[in-house]
Amino acid sequence: MNQYGRVAKNDRCSFFGNVSLGSSVSLSELRELYHVVILAYGAESDRNLGINGEDLSGIHSAREFVWWYNGHPDGHDLAPDLQSSDTAVILGQGNVALDVARILLRPTAELSRTDISSHALAALEKSSIKKVYLVGRRGPVQAACTAKELREILGIKDLHVHIQEADLVKTPIDEEELKNNRIKRRIYDLLSKAATESSKQTTGQQELHFVFFRKPHSFLESDNKRGLVAGVHLEKTILKEDEDTRKQFAVGTGQFEDLESGLVLKSIGYKSVPVDGIPFDYNKGIIPNVGGRVLSHTSSGGDLAAVEEGVYVSGWLKRGPTGIIATNLYCAEETIASISEDIENGRLGSLCRQTKPGREGLGRLLDRRNVKVIPFSAWEKIDAEETRLGILKNKPRVKFTTWEDLLQVALH
Amino acid sequence: MGMSMLEAAHENGIDLEGACEGSLACSTCHLIVMDVDYYNKLDDPTDEENDMLDLAFGLTETSRLGCQVVAAPELDGIRVALPPATRNFAVDGYKPKPH
Repeated sequence: MNQYGRVAKNDRCSFFGNVSLGSSVSLSELRELYHVVILAYGAESDRNLGINGEDLSGIHSAREFVWWYNGHPDGHDLAPDLQSSDTAVILGQGNVALDVARILLRPTAELSRTDISSHALAALEKSSIKKVYLVGRRGPVQAACTAKELREILGIKDLHVHIQEADLVKTPIDEEELKNNRIKRRIYDLLSKAATESSKQTTGQQELHFVFFRKPHSFLESDNKRGLVAGVHLEKTILKEDEDTRKQFAVGTGQFEDLESGLVLKSIGYKSVPVDGIPFDYNKGIIPNVGGRVLSHTSSGGDLAAVEEGVYVSGWLKRGPTGIIATNLYCAEETIASISEDIENGRLGSLCRQTKPGREGLGRLLDRRNVKVIPFSAWEKIDAEETRLGILKNKPRVKFTTWEDLLQVALH
Repeated sequence: MGMSMLEAAHENGIDLEGACEGSLACSTCHLIVMDVDYYNKLDDPTDEENDMLDLAFGLTETSRLGCQVVAAPELDGIRVALPPATRNFAVDGYKPKPH
């Protein structure tokens, strides 16, 4: 059993699965039931480009695409068209962008041995996509991906990787950025090596193009099929230095070019979703907080008097959708420290004044509402069945990808 | 013998996080080898380990991932510390189990 299982099965922890914040139970109800509520529901929405043509069909967020191939029930019906075009354009060069590119390019024989969702595997086996473009506004030195993910995609067999040598030229500020940054140095080296090797290659079954210094201006609509995307109108960029932050940002040059494609995936970052009862910072896409303590107003200047009692945030909902497991670890420790302090300093007034119904009360409320709660033991049934089906097909598991199937297995 | 530092830490009740369970997908078992002589005795990290070490907080010249350092006779007496950024205290005087 791993750590997550150990925590979930601890007597002091109860797992209420299939319960939706906002529809099954409201935040204010949870605050009546518990002294402390911690919101850690991450970032389930996407940043938008806000450019023309963004709602043409054939354009999806990378997150939706990931949900689709990972078997998230809410991603089941995405039905991306992988057959009408041989080209996919991915806007963004972070790890998620590399992940979706890899899924589009990896031999399906290899994918069939993984726990990728069956509907995605079937679609990928019929896919016509042979060319994938990863488009970034800035250069290789600013690329947001990390080495493991980059290595994995560069290592795909028979993949012809295209990187322009000219894009690898470094400015003095680029050199500065690389000097004290082990991560960036490794990325730059991997991309340089790929550029050198690709210039020697003559053909490959499939192509991966790293396109730097291009930002999307608008989407092109197909002449044949109205409402369908036909490509991206890109503006060339150069880098300018921000005097305050000393970071380089991309500026348009007024020169444009078009990239044709029938499938566009936007991988420009996630955004959190607001919840009724507490404020939301629409600018940053997070719940306003100081050290995990939720603020009563979006701009509060850190004044502790303007803090919502008994509500805290942790993870991406608190900091924005960046960072690794370790980042979230320290973030959680910070939130817990804030809670401990507040208990010690008597700032959680209601804690002293009254007991609260807790899990018994929540269970009764959900029961009254006929919510089909999935306890941890029911998740274990799903886990066992998925694993059992996986063994039959030589995979780690075969996932259930609809709410109906999941509830069927869990509750019977 | 043959146990990784991460496994040994857990066996001895030391709070070393190993979020990805030793699969080289995170950096939470990051350890600092206290003596450079012992650090040099270890096999070089693979590319995969370096990729994860790149992301670790409080990285030093003698940092390694605990899940990749395996106990062996020549490492007897090795001392490792948890990086200062964690809330755990440094682990001193740890020795691998004899075989």
